[in-house]
Amino acid sequence: MMGGSSTKKNMFSRLVPLLTSLARRGLAGWFIAIGLIMVIAIVVMTMLAPWISPHDPSAIEMGPLLSPPSSQFPFGTNKLGQDMLSRVISGGGIMIQVALLSVVICMAGGIPIGLLSSYTGGILDRILCLIMDSIYAFPGLVLAIAIALMLGRGVVNMALSIAVVYVPSYFRVIRSQVLSIKEMAYVEAANAIGAKGHTILSRYILPNVIPSIIVVATVNFADAILTAAGLTFIGLGVSVDIPDWGYDLTVGRTLLTTGVWWVIAFPGIMVVLLALGFTLMGEGLSELWNPRLEQ
Amino acid sequence: MIEQTNAESHLLTVNGLTVEYWTRRGKIRAVENASFTLDRRETLGVVGESGSGKSTLGLSLIKLVPYPGRIVSGDINLEGQNIRRMKDEEMRDVRGRRISYVFQDPMTSLNPVEKIKDHFVELIQTHEPKVSKTQALERANQLFRDVGIQEERISDYPHQLSGGMRQRVMIALALALNPSVIIADEPTTALDVVVQAKILDLLNTLRDRYGMALILITHDLSIVLQRSDKIIVMYAGRIVEYASSVDLYSSTQHPYSQGLLNSIPNIELIDQKLEAIEGSPPDLLNPPKGCRFWPRCSFAMPECRIEEPPLFETKKNHLVRCYLYKDETNDQ
Amino acid sequence: MTSDEILRVEHLKKYFPVEKGFLERLLTTSRRFVKAVDDISFSINKGEVFSLVGESGCGKSTTGRLVVRLIEPTAGQVFFEQKNITEIEKGAFREYRRKLQIIFQDPYASLNPRMKVGQAVGHPLEIHHLEKGDEERKKVLEILQRVGLTPPEQFINLYPHQLSGGQRQRIAMARSIILNPEFIVADEPVSMIDVSLRTTIIDLMLELRKEFDLTYLFITHDLAIAKYISHRIAIMYLGKIVEMGDKNEIFSNPMHPYTQALMSSIPVPNPERKRKAIELKGEVSSAIDIPKGCRFNPRCPYADKKCKAAEPELIPVKPNHLVSCYQTKA
Repeated sequence: MMGGSSTKKNMFSRLVPLLTSLARRGLAGWFIAIGLIMVIAIVVMTMLAPWISPHDPSAIEMGPLLSPPSSQFPFGTNKLGQDMLSRVISGGGIMIQVALLSVVICMAGGIPIGLLSSYTGGILDRILCLIMDSIYAFPGLVLAIAIALMLGRGVVNMALSIAVVYVPSYFRVIRSQVLSIKEMAYVEAANAIGAKGHTILSRYILPNVIPSIIVVATVNFADAILTAAGLTFIGLGVSVDIPDWGYDLTVGRTLLTTGVWWVIAFPGIMVVLLALGFTLMGEGLSELWNPRLEQ
Repeated sequence: MIEQTNAESHLLTVNGLTVEYWTRRGKIRAVENASFTLDRRETLGVVGESGSGKSTLGLSLIKLVPYPGRIVSGDINLEGQNIRRMKDEEMRDVRGRRISYVFQDPMTSLNPVEKIKDHFVELIQTHEPKVSKTQALERANQLFRDVGIQEERISDYPHQLSGGMRQRVMIALALALNPSVIIADEPTTALDVVVQAKILDLLNTLRDRYGMALILITHDLSIVLQRSDKIIVMYAGRIVEYASSVDLYSSTQHPYSQGLLNSIPNIELIDQKLEAIEGSPPDLLNPPKGCRFWPRCSFAMPECRIEEPPLFETKKNHLVRCYLYKDETNDQ
Repeated sequence: MTSDEILRVEHLKKYFPVEKGFLERLLTTSRRFVKAVDDISFSINKGEVFSLVGESGCGKSTTGRLVVRLIEPTAGQVFFEQKNITEIEKGAFREYRRKLQIIFQDPYASLNPRMKVGQAVGHPLEIHHLEKGDEERKKVLEILQRVGLTPPEQFINLYPHQLSGGQRQRIAMARSIILNPEFIVADEPVSMIDVSLRTTIIDLMLELRKEFDLTYLFITHDLAIAKYISHRIAIMYLGKIVEMGDKNEIFSNPMHPYTQALMSSIPVPNPERKRKAIELKGEVSSAIDIPKGCRFNPRCPYADKKCKAAEPELIPVKPNHLVSCYQTKA
């Protein structure tokens, strides 16, 4: 998903029919469409940052220090005189990377473990359930902090600590799905035609579990973003050279007591919007694929 | 054509009932222009396969068609009163007290955490608040005797009873308020054949004893032929034939009815040659133009594809929706 | 064992343990079982349609699954083409799956919702390393045509939810016969299909039988269908076979009180035939607490002391008619 405007035109041309068909699917479709638009808008903004941000986000003393939003600097400036608008436009990169990486790691680990454990059952399943439940019982942020403390700073480490916290969610969802799918006649039929265990898992069970996985993934994203912000907040984020919402949130928090609200507010809103976008998508997909009983 | 029947002369008169489901993908006409009458001590059998609209018809009589369904037109007259126009509160009084419904699956219709006796007390006291708990229980015991369950079982929970007993409890609950009409929707599908026979006998006995009318909704043509006085055959939301059970059997007219009759294995025949109806029921979102049945009909004529046939009365009280009979009408 | 026999079942049993509640587990050591199949024996000849008839809970579906080893027996043996297949190790049994197939009751549940029709029907070929690619596609089209889904090209890229119940059942059948099996267990194949369409599916099964030289174990609760389609039938009650033999013989001369009650209760599509159903007391007992003696005795109008004391054997009353009852006049 790099660069050129031609790729973007391609994406848009496929996007419009997708959105219109979603809008036709009722409220759930709207949720997904809106969430998708929000997420894509923010991601695109971050990617286009070098071209669209009015000033260099890292350049200091662009204007008066700590000046409130004005016509020259619509989002104000921070302690170093950096333009907040430019920082907000460019600051999403780290967060998005961390969230994306954590989801990928989570899936890579959680899906096979979940599938294998629930399909084979027995002692292995019992042990894994115990482990997963224990991790799940921990408040997510606390656990992430603990792991981040052990691993140190950096995008990958942040992603890893978030991933570990989230694996149990995939595990649980996959497990409950697999347990019910295992009993279905089409799995029996697969057995009857002679399919081996791994074939049944990969071609009969996994494809039917994927919708739930995707829903968990969207919530995973939202949570990862907030957790990444949290980790950065307490100083376990990445280094300070690159503009980063998490960092601005941290700095902005101490400034808040002095009445300087704009340094925390705007990055904060962006974080919330990004997380909201994913959550809306997750809600919409969940409603679409598992509609509520009223209907 | 059907004469506009005098609403007061029958216990239940339904005229031109049309029910639609307004789904996201479009409108589905589940029932179109259904008309029939029913008197006391009469059993009406409504028979049809999947998509025929028979369950929707039954539910519409007590106005419990699930969302996104709605009754679009037509009249439902119970003892001279038009219940289609009733508001919700009035309708709540009708349900259970004047028209009762026995659902298909007794397991999900009974509250698993309530004892059977509580089901009765709650039901009776909701509709007749002046009745005391003791009186309600007395009535429940009488009903248990009617349906043939031992009185002690009234203190059980639903899961402690067998399928057949649960269905009998449902019937007893349906009788509790002395309704004029009982609608039984596939009352025996979940039961074994021996119990099935008992339950159906029971329904008819109670019908006679209490002077009620009974509507049997089922896909099983054998059951309605043996146990109802008159039968409505439904296909894709339309009534395609309406006749007494004797007439329907001895002079089956609509090609669908014929096909249905010929596809049922009859245990009393030796070397029976079964026939099938080619094709499958239509997609109600995109039904065929003209007669709904023409794609599967071996007698289809050009006019069948253009416009839907009306109901022709071929003899007194035998109506059939088919152009094959357009010249045989018995119009007054 | 005659050379005509393709399948033989001997003293087959399947007991399912009953889950115990927490306290029960602490305080008692006894195990309770659902005796779904409790010692049955029968044989099926090549080319035959053998129906296993009974109400829900009698053990007929469990028997079907035992025969194709979808579940393992608690006791007893199954012989297929003179070989004892119950003793074969699971891995080695895989090749038998080419010859022993099963069709399920629910056409809505027996197809993978995420597999296209073409993939589902062709999958058995891939699993057993038979045809692949173009060859596979050709065979799939051929089979789809054979089960009446024409034109077959239209169907291979569809998903199950785009098809009707009857069409799905045909696909299930296509999937079963593409490996050219010899024996098919059909577990209530038409009970979830519209009445007017049942005949087409049953006739298809009979045609396929002739064409592919198949033998069927047909499981159903519907005596009328069993009468239409089978050569021999066996009636099951609470895990045991109570009557078995040639179809015509049994229908014209049912001897077991349960069979008689069943036959009298089946509605006949004729308003003038007011049948008097034989009344049976009570309901089917639970398969956990099986009555002592003949398991039918609590409901039987003829039960006497002998019936309550010991279980009767399934013995031949005529060469092609076996009954397990003390009260039949032999």
